[in-house]
Amino acid sequence: MYFDGFQSFLDMGGYGLYVWLSFGVSFLSLAWLWLDSFFSKKALFKNVHAEQARLARIKVASENSENNGVQV
Amino acid sequence: MQALVSLLKRDLSLAYRQRAELMQPLLFFVLVISLFPLGVGPEPKTLQLIGPGVIWVAAILSSLLGLERLFRDDFSDGSLEQLILSGTSLSGASLVKVFAHWVTSIFPLIILSPLLALFLHLTEPMYWALLKTLLLGTPLLSLIGAIAVGLTVGLNKGGMLLALLLLPVFVPLLIFATSAVEAASMGLQYNAQLAIIGAMLLFSLALAPFAIAYALRVSQN
Amino acid sequence: MWKWLHPYAKTERTYQLCQLLLPWFSVFGLFIIILATVWGLAFAPTDYQQSDAYRIIYVHVPTAVLSKSLYIAMAVAAFVGLVWQVKTSFMAMMAFAPVGATVTFVSLVTGAAWGKPMWGTWWEWDARLTSQLILLFLFLGVISLYKAFDDKQQAGKAAGVMAVVGIINLPIIHYSVEWWNTLHQGATIMKLDKPSMPPEMLWPLLLSILGWILVCGAISMLRLQNEILQRDLKRPWVVKLALNEHVWGDKK
Repeated sequence: MYFDGFQSFLDMGGYGLYVWLSFGVSFLSLAWLWLDSFFSKKALFKNVHAEQARLARIKVASENSENNGVQV
Repeated sequence: MQALVSLLKRDLSLAYRQRAELMQPLLFFVLVISLFPLGVGPEPKTLQLIGPGVIWVAAILSSLLGLERLFRDDFSDGSLEQLILSGTSLSGASLVKVFAHWVTSIFPLIILSPLLALFLHLTEPMYWALLKTLLLGTPLLSLIGAIAVGLTVGLNKGGMLLALLLLPVFVPLLIFATSAVEAASMGLQYNAQLAIIGAMLLFSLALAPFAIAYALRVSQN
Repeated sequence: MWKWLHPYAKTERTYQLCQLLLPWFSVFGLFIIILATVWGLAFAPTDYQQSDAYRIIYVHVPTAVLSKSLYIAMAVAAFVGLVWQVKTSFMAMMAFAPVGATVTFVSLVTGAAWGKPMWGTWWEWDARLTSQLILLFLFLGVISLYKAFDDKQQAGKAAGVMAVVGIINLPIIHYSVEWWNTLHQGATIMKLDKPSMPPEMLWPLLLSILGWILVCGAISMLRLQNEILQRDLKRPWVVKLALNEHVWGDKK
């Protein structure tokens, strides 16, 4: 550890604001981009699930209507 | 060749019939420039300092406004599609169209420039430098601009997008053109800047027609 | 090389390649980036001239390096797509673009935050900051052109043309801005001459560049997968893949 204590680490020799601002913006942007990509992948999979569930419901409904002899 | 000549004739006469619409970017150019003395004060020294930059920025903005009609009407009435199908070289045809557009809607801007030089108190050597940069630089604006116009012609929301796409690309032109005028104001040589703009013009003259043709094919799908 | 590259024109193969590489890039990238950041922030010695403000270098330089590399990567992908008509290539282009734009934005913010203590102003029309700003506009232009089209195949080609125009223009912009900057030396900028960095400062910098490259690679791959999934959403292989994946809020 280069600094004497946690306080002087936060202070960054008087440049704390600039250093922490830079690192904060950098890692927040990176995390935001990563999470956004990750959750849009999840959302895409969820889309497929919803579509498949819809197709399954249509199939069940059409089978039921055939068994009941209802003309569609 | 015959086809290209008749295309040129057609574009010129169409432009002549739409004179009123061609006036609009021109008026915009004059208006923007006359706003600056009102905004920064009529001090001749200040105006002379910002003059070249103001004229060039206004020229870029008003040429962007005018560029939109380069392919728009041809796209909406289907003559662009016919041009693509006709078998004439599309890159040659786009070069002709860009030339016709430059003559009809940007050249008048250059003709007006002495008036604007008076408005902004440019000295005579500054004006000659400005005229040379405008003559060399505006065809470059049209050529590069036409690529983006070709790409966005099928979109209804083209206007803002066109500016967003093109303004960053025109940064070098703006820098070299205004610095040539600045050099002239100090009585220095500005052949280097003119040579660079000329080189960019020749380079885009060689490549841009193909890019425009490709862009039109993409837009026509 | 073409024999090797050709199968990746097929979206499914590209997806699988990304899937294979993704965990390695993510884990190593995250590990290295954390290591380099902690090292750079807490353990590297301070600079005798700039005190601790110089530590911004550990995010500024990696993002500045990556912003240009990502633009080149995007333009190369666009060029391959335009010349060889490879669909996957345009998807890669659009995977790189948002990552590049974000990284360029970060390099601008960190540059400004470094400029404030060093030059006494948040924004200096310095050659590097200015060309970085224009680079950001170029990225945003490509992204907005792509988003403006409904037909994504057309969108890829159009954005590809603009990306290639941008890459031809990029060196011209770079040198013109540099030249413009030397002309207008009105406000004297303190040029920080860097003789040679001592190794205890250089190592964390090299590590953080590597870490950022890996993490940005991971994000680009993730986004490429998203582009592929989006385009192939109804294809059987995507359906099969999705059904094997657990999804939150899914009743089974």
